[in-house]
Amino acid sequence: MEINLPALFGQLLIGLINGSFYALLSLGLAVIFGMLNIINFAHGAQYMMGAFAAYFLLQFAGLNYWWALVLAPVIVGGIGIVIERAFLQWLYKLDHLYGLLLTFGLALIIQGLFRHRYGSSGLPYQIPPQLTGVRDLGFTFLPNYRAWVIVFSLAVCFGTWFMIEKTRLGAYLRAATENPTLVRAFGINVPRMITLTYGFGVGLAALAGVMAAPIYAVNPTMGADLIIVVFAVVVIGGMGSIMGAIVTGFGLGVVEGLTKYFFPEASNTVIFVIMVIVLVTRPAGLFGRAA
Amino acid sequence: MIAFALMVLVLAILPAFVYPPFLMKALCFALFACAFNLLIGYVGLLSFGHALYFGWASYFAAHLAKAGTISIPYWAGSWHWLNLTSGPMAPELAILLAVLGAAFLGVVAGSIAIRRQGIYFAMITLALAQMMYFFAVQAPFTGGEDGIQPVPRGHLFGMFNLANDDVMYVFVLVVFLLGFLLIYRIIHSPFGEVLKAIRENEQRAISLGYKTDRYKLMAFTLSAAIAGLAGAVKPFVVQNASLTDVHWSMSGEVVLMTLLGGLGTIFGPVVGAFSIIAMQNYLASFGQWVTIIQGSIFVLCVLLFRRGIVGEIANMFRIKL
Repeated sequence: MEINLPALFGQLLIGLINGSFYALLSLGLAVIFGMLNIINFAHGAQYMMGAFAAYFLLQFAGLNYWWALVLAPVIVGGIGIVIERAFLQWLYKLDHLYGLLLTFGLALIIQGLFRHRYGSSGLPYQIPPQLTGVRDLGFTFLPNYRAWVIVFSLAVCFGTWFMIEKTRLGAYLRAATENPTLVRAFGINVPRMITLTYGFGVGLAALAGVMAAPIYAVNPTMGADLIIVVFAVVVIGGMGSIMGAIVTGFGLGVVEGLTKYFFPEASNTVIFVIMVIVLVTRPAGLFGRAA
Repeated sequence: MIAFALMVLVLAILPAFVYPPFLMKALCFALFACAFNLLIGYVGLLSFGHALYFGWASYFAAHLAKAGTISIPYWAGSWHWLNLTSGPMAPELAILLAVLGAAFLGVVAGSIAIRRQGIYFAMITLALAQMMYFFAVQAPFTGGEDGIQPVPRGHLFGMFNLANDDVMYVFVLVVFLLGFLLIYRIIHSPFGEVLKAIRENEQRAISLGYKTDRYKLMAFTLSAAIAGLAGAVKPFVVQNASLTDVHWSMSGEVVLMTLLGGLGTIFGPVVGAFSIIAMQNYLASFGQWVTIIQGSIFVLCVLLFRRGIVGEIANMFRIKL
């Protein structure tokens, strides 16, 4: 088989880009699940809201990409906090399944509202002028914006990992995951921490959405199918470890990119097939602790 | 018992007042929801990918009734296709084979999914269903975006002409009632009691010596097969099989029907299915509002109304439904 290097690198690059989004989204899911014991089905819708927030900020407030990168996660994260206070906080004592059902309903509402207003066709969002153009790497051309997405999401992932694993705040967070009652007894406001954690996880999804806006068109259904792939990523990685979520996300993106090159028919399904293989051989997931 | 007789009576006279094709469609979804409820209501397993069995059985039945070819890949040095051609099959045979196909998919998917518990189980079933959705988009016999159409209704057992809406209604009603009674029988058998024990406390059931994985897989397969029965009848009613029925939104809809009607109640899924299908039918012109309303029902049910319609009624009158 003759290998067409530029095409292969092109697919690898797309794989890394997708991997960045998988990593950011599964990281958010893992952080939320750790604290709230809820699988956030609305994560894909919140990713979509991040992209729309960037679009709105540009259209109605004239604020560019860099502002959106800061403001969109804050706005959507704020909406997340409202959702947690209004709905999710009543579910913590119930079976985990109710959290999944409720957030699924929220996702339907959010996606339905956006589709009602904006249809299913995409809205364009320009690459910021500082990041247009391509870099010649000798063997292939690397668009600057895509390089930025990979580097920036790696940085965000690393920052999140550092915050959770290495700082005092992260230590409280991990302690509260293990035993919330005991942590409360030490005088730490655990309910507020839970609320902020949800806001933070949602903010991560929105951040991914802003980064995706110039690559994919801003579209009400952009997160609907993506969230199912991210679920498979989470099942493969196991939600026990932050680093696991990041590594699995990027790794599976790359595998998907390679499949697009070598066996394009399977590119939609390869992550699910890997999930099946992992479940058969290592039921707890690659980085998971046995339940 | 009285409730069951009442349901049969209502379903028998309803076609005089309501458009029969709508009722037939609702009956298919009611059976689908009952099959789903067997898992969530009596074993405590949330399958978020039940469209897989419903939709694929629908494809199987439609394909067999229309083209009747079965292609089996086999290995002899390289891959070959073994083509069996029977010509268009009779409805009863097409439905039977489609149910077997759904049961097979259920065994395979179930044995993978029961390796994890709780929330992971839901995510795995959803992911498997999505994988099979992509297969349905690409597989040659499903017709991709076009689906399979038109599906001929044919003659049941060579005697009853299903092209007649009244005959078709009786057939769909009989299939629904048989499926419903089968589920009732399963729930009230010793096997069903073990399932409920697993729902209440799986560790305890294991310590009592039950091989819970086997029970879960058996329940999963039964549920998939009955969902497949519902799916296999549907293409004869609406005369097409399409991607809608294998999409994740269909998996979500069956969850919604069961939740609205009442998880773990025998009649709940039927009430829920009729409510949701009626709502979709009458609000079809409002486009996206249907999705928004469905999402809102989810939220309301989970927050305020976890017993569902039938569950609330049963609770109010202190009876079992």
